[in-house]
Amino acid sequence: MLEKALVGSKKYYLWLGFLGVLILVGFCCYIKQFFFGLGITGMSRSVSWGFYVAQFTYLVGIAASAVMVVLPYYLHNYKEFGKMTILGEFLAIAAVTMCILFILVDLGQVHRVMNVLLHPTPHSVMFYDMIVLSGYLMINIICGWSALHAEYKGSKPPAWVKPFVYLSIPWAFSIHTVTAFLYSGMPGRDFWLTAIMAPRFLASAFCAGPSLLLLLTFILKGFTRFDPGDKAIKTLAKIITYAFLANIFFFLCEVFTALYSHIPAHRYPLEYLFVGLHGHGKLVPWIWTSWICAAVAVVLLVPPKTRNNFGTLAVACILVILSTWIDKGMGLIVGGFVPDPLDHVMEYMPTLPEIGITIGVYAIGFLILSLLYKIAITVKEQRGLI
Amino acid sequence: MYDTGKILAFIGAFVVFVSTPFWSNFGKAAFEPHPKLPTQYKECVESKEFMRADHMKLLRLWRYDVVRKEQRIYVNSKGETYPISLQNECMRCHTSKKEFCDQCHNYVAAHPYCWNCHISPEERKGWASKESLKKVSTEEASSELPASHH
Amino acid sequence: MVIDTRICRQHPECNKCIEACDHEHNVPHIPDKKHEIKWIWKEEFENAFPDTAQEYSIEHLKGTEFLVLCNHCENPPCVRVCPTQATFKRPDGIVMMDMHRCIGCRFCMAACPFGARNFNWINPRAYIKDPNPEYPTRMRGVVEKCIFCNERIDQGKLPVCAEACPYGAIVVGDLADPNSKINQILRENFTIRRKTHLGTGPSVFYIV
Repeated sequence: MLEKALVGSKKYYLWLGFLGVLILVGFCCYIKQFFFGLGITGMSRSVSWGFYVAQFTYLVGIAASAVMVVLPYYLHNYKEFGKMTILGEFLAIAAVTMCILFILVDLGQVHRVMNVLLHPTPHSVMFYDMIVLSGYLMINIICGWSALHAEYKGSKPPAWVKPFVYLSIPWAFSIHTVTAFLYSGMPGRDFWLTAIMAPRFLASAFCAGPSLLLLLTFILKGFTRFDPGDKAIKTLAKIITYAFLANIFFFLCEVFTALYSHIPAHRYPLEYLFVGLHGHGKLVPWIWTSWICAAVAVVLLVPPKTRNNFGTLAVACILVILSTWIDKGMGLIVGGFVPDPLDHVMEYMPTLPEIGITIGVYAIGFLILSLLYKIAITVKEQRGLI
Repeated sequence: MYDTGKILAFIGAFVVFVSTPFWSNFGKAAFEPHPKLPTQYKECVESKEFMRADHMKLLRLWRYDVVRKEQRIYVNSKGETYPISLQNECMRCHTSKKEFCDQCHNYVAAHPYCWNCHISPEERKGWASKESLKKVSTEEASSELPASHH
Repeated sequence: MVIDTRICRQHPECNKCIEACDHEHNVPHIPDKKHEIKWIWKEEFENAFPDTAQEYSIEHLKGTEFLVLCNHCENPPCVRVCPTQATFKRPDGIVMMDMHRCIGCRFCMAACPFGARNFNWINPRAYIKDPNPEYPTRMRGVVEKCIFCNERIDQGKLPVCAEACPYGAIVVGDLADPNSKINQILRENFTIRRKTHLGTGPSVFYIV
């Protein structure tokens, strides 16, 4: 089946070439970082995680969200999602790969990464995160590939795959729960020290991931014969709407607790993000952009009229992705470090090489995604399944 | 089979290309590393044969003992004791990294990164001379020092 | 460790402990605040004790500088989160760093509620002006912090900061031994510790 990725239209090659150029740019930036050190990024003694960890966190959510098409299809026999599941699984593969790459580029001593396996440490959440992420990658490769291979052969997927499909459902929840536990178990980081961190992560994942999936579906619809059917799109739009509202609700719960309790340590990060703290407010415009996007997205998603109009739905999906990307990425990660444990405010902004590396990693992810989707669509086209 | 000729030609060219190091060095005397041994000391912590084959294992054990086990004394196979320290003990006798460590390491293309942190005898001297320089020189010269190291 | 800040307050210009530590451990002096490396340093009372400080503090505490360093917590969160056990607690209670094992993930920096940990964002060697040839430096990409001079403790010596203090403001001893001098000082003086409500059990006490 792999050969299907090699043959395509001129546009397809151009797209791959474009991604290749971005990967090259990212690679050059990484070489610089590798020899100079992480000092070329905007991170500091106070804000010791930044753009890379933010992307990692966001993409774990994207990966987990595949479950939003897998679960209705396999557990509730919701046939409409039949054509979408493979797209969800392949998106998960690309997203987890990007997650792993973002962790690798964030490490100070990347060649020692195997120490995590050489000295397994069950009291570190990172240890479990490594297990669930690599496990999720394997499960999705197995499920996605065998399902597609069955279509290619015109047969049914082998029976031994079924348990993996069912396993992928709780596993998807676990990857984002464990990722939330990375943050929510640390004393002294009051912005993160909240029991609804994991529910929040899942809610934002289940709106952002399906939004991306819908946008990808619209793109595929435009360029190929692929069409998952209006019903599938509308159902997914409903899922996005509910998850997005849940995400906003959870956030407002946080805001209430922090502001009404009036505990300084809980208030400060929110103040920093929304109005600035001690005269520092580089993230203020970002966070307001995020919440304006969120407000417009809600207005477009809640009324059935605009939700079922694919034009406005696409706009809403873009807004959801933008809003959650800022809020969960920069807002959550950087906000958690401000003020620092000594009550100083040090601001963070990613530098150019940092952005270059980030774009490079995204380009690798989209390259994997493009190749996998190309294979999937070609197989489906040739078998007359679409 | 298609393009038999082209494929065979390419395989041939490839084989010639990857084996160039053999052809270019054929018949020449092989390079031999000559690590310079200390003159005033005859015995290392263990036998010469052991050190030659397993010094890296010993150093790894030392590293583990010192950092993680609070064990700072090494008892060798003869029952003699030595303080454990690469920087201060090994290099007390082996006074040059360049003439001792690097000789074989370069030969076998091994690149241990001990010296990224541990201060080699050469650097010790270099830093010291810079320090003495600094004491004599003016304020301006010393302000340039940070970037000039290495 | 007990730090008698009453003594420190009488000598606000004294940096002997900091200088001794920086020299002993080859702590670089990086001018860029973002990349700073600090093992023991001074913070104003309000920053060192954000929960204890208040508007109506005693006059002499306002803006006074306090020595801060790794607290060598009894229940250290940095050790809990480290995925490789590169940072670990020794049987004697010192929270130790194994620089050979650190992968530079900086989870410990996020977990430490005292801001005691430093990451080598850049190669530190260029910023060590007065090196101690007996002690290693660090390389870029690893985390470091005060390791309570464990190399000196193992030889029966005091930590270098305590030894360097000309006024005896820093007292080091065994908290587990009820008869130690440090326990006697703690029994006789009112001491505070940083952020005790977090339950990490800091082992650095301050007499105010």
